[in-house]
Amino acid sequence: METLPRTPLCLVPPLRCAWLAGALLLCAGCSNIQPWVKPYERDRLADPIMAWERDSVSAAYVDHVREVREGARGATGGAGGGCGCN
Amino acid sequence: MDAAALRRSVSRVAVLAALLLVRATSADVLPDDRADLFYSKYSGGGMDITGESFLVRKKITENLVVEANYFVDKVSGASIDVLSQASQIKDTRKQKSGTVEYVHDKTTYSLSYINSVENDYKSNTTSFSLKQDMFGDLTTLTLGYTHTDDGVGENNGGVIAWLGHAQSIGYDVGVSQILTKNLIAGVNVNVITDNGYLANPYRSYRYLDSSNAKGYSLASQIYPDTRTSTAVQTEAKYYLPYRAAITGSYRYFTDTWGIVGNTYELDYTHPIANIWILEGRVRFYKQNSANFYSDLYNFAGQYNFMARDQNLAAGDNTTIGAKVTYAFLPDGWKMFKRATATFDVSRIEYKYTDFRNIKYYGLPQYQPGHEPLYSFNATVYQIYMSMFF
Repeated sequence: METLPRTPLCLVPPLRCAWLAGALLLCAGCSNIQPWVKPYERDRLADPIMAWERDSVSAAYVDHVREVREGARGATGGAGGGCGCN
Repeated sequence: MDAAALRRSVSRVAVLAALLLVRATSADVLPDDRADLFYSKYSGGGMDITGESFLVRKKITENLVVEANYFVDKVSGASIDVLSQASQIKDTRKQKSGTVEYVHDKTTYSLSYINSVENDYKSNTTSFSLKQDMFGDLTTLTLGYTHTDDGVGENNGGVIAWLGHAQSIGYDVGVSQILTKNLIAGVNVNVITDNGYLANPYRSYRYLDSSNAKGYSLASQIYPDTRTSTAVQTEAKYYLPYRAAITGSYRYFTDTWGIVGNTYELDYTHPIANIWILEGRVRFYKQNSANFYSDLYNFAGQYNFMARDQNLAAGDNTTIGAKVTYAFLPDGWKMFKRATATFDVSRIEYKYTDFRNIKYYGLPQYQPGHEPLYSFNATVYQIYMSMFF
């Protein structure tokens, strides 16, 4: 039986097609990003008990105590404040 | 591509650029000025280490802050290394550091310098970091670079033999993300490359030696002169239905010496009437040994690299800790707006699965390699007062 030639879904190679689709989705997604937690809803996140660390001297000391007795090190710092509402 | 499609593409790229680069309505602000007086004590494994620190953080303008810190560690005691070979340890470490932070809209730039000096160790660290709030301040991105240059020596009865230098370069990337009104999560990645003299000169490897009455002898460790480590930590903090917070974190660590470490931590924070903050934590850490580590080698010079440093041995430790913070001067006093006093205590239980306790047990001695495995408990105290102004 004669078979019909398959129609390509994408005119570019599949891998590049996937990258393009991903990039388009990312761009489309970014363009629609809205802060889903409004600034006036961040009172709990702004509470001092939600800070990753409150006292830098103590945090540095604890890291030091651990690092001099363990093989592992690093990646212990929180990347930013708790509330992100400044 | 037709003109409309081109316009749509340009429009999307512009929106993306705007989200990444254009500042929103409010700028980042610096925290309150503060001064901290800090005291710490570590007791465990035959060691006593006391630490005293003074920190001042002061805004010069609304955008610029400087911080200075002085830390003194005093070490004394007889660790497992001392009991097995060396003389009593007594040393002081003095660490000075300075930091400058500058805030511009949603970006915080930070530059730090740390100088640490002991009789037999000198260290200079320079670091730079950048913190960026984005996506409506729901996301905080942190990038960091650290360079350290160390001089390593050995104290032989007051005479310091400088053995070499070690350099390390570290890269940090962190993302903190607000997920809901009650939940914030973060991921931190850290990569460090070291090169130079990386061994601890006070620790030795041991090998079977029938000419020694103990059945073994000790010799200077031989380490690779490079190491690269990668650590990834994920963490989340949740505001409970009542006013309290719970934090969970997990860290995966791996390095080119074959060490894989896993760390789990759970913290609970409970304030009482804006005066007290009570905290409790549990932490568990476990690692395997470095691939060139052995508690006992068959003969001297058996391999190119040989180590018997307990930091490279397989083992685990469990920490249980508590912290209480008392807030006082709520209405301020003279130049101070408020103040807190904090007491923190931790109990840590260290257990090793391939590092043996080779202290002298009296006669008859254990056969080499049959001594009890080493373990010890440590208690860590911290007491500090913070004045905000």
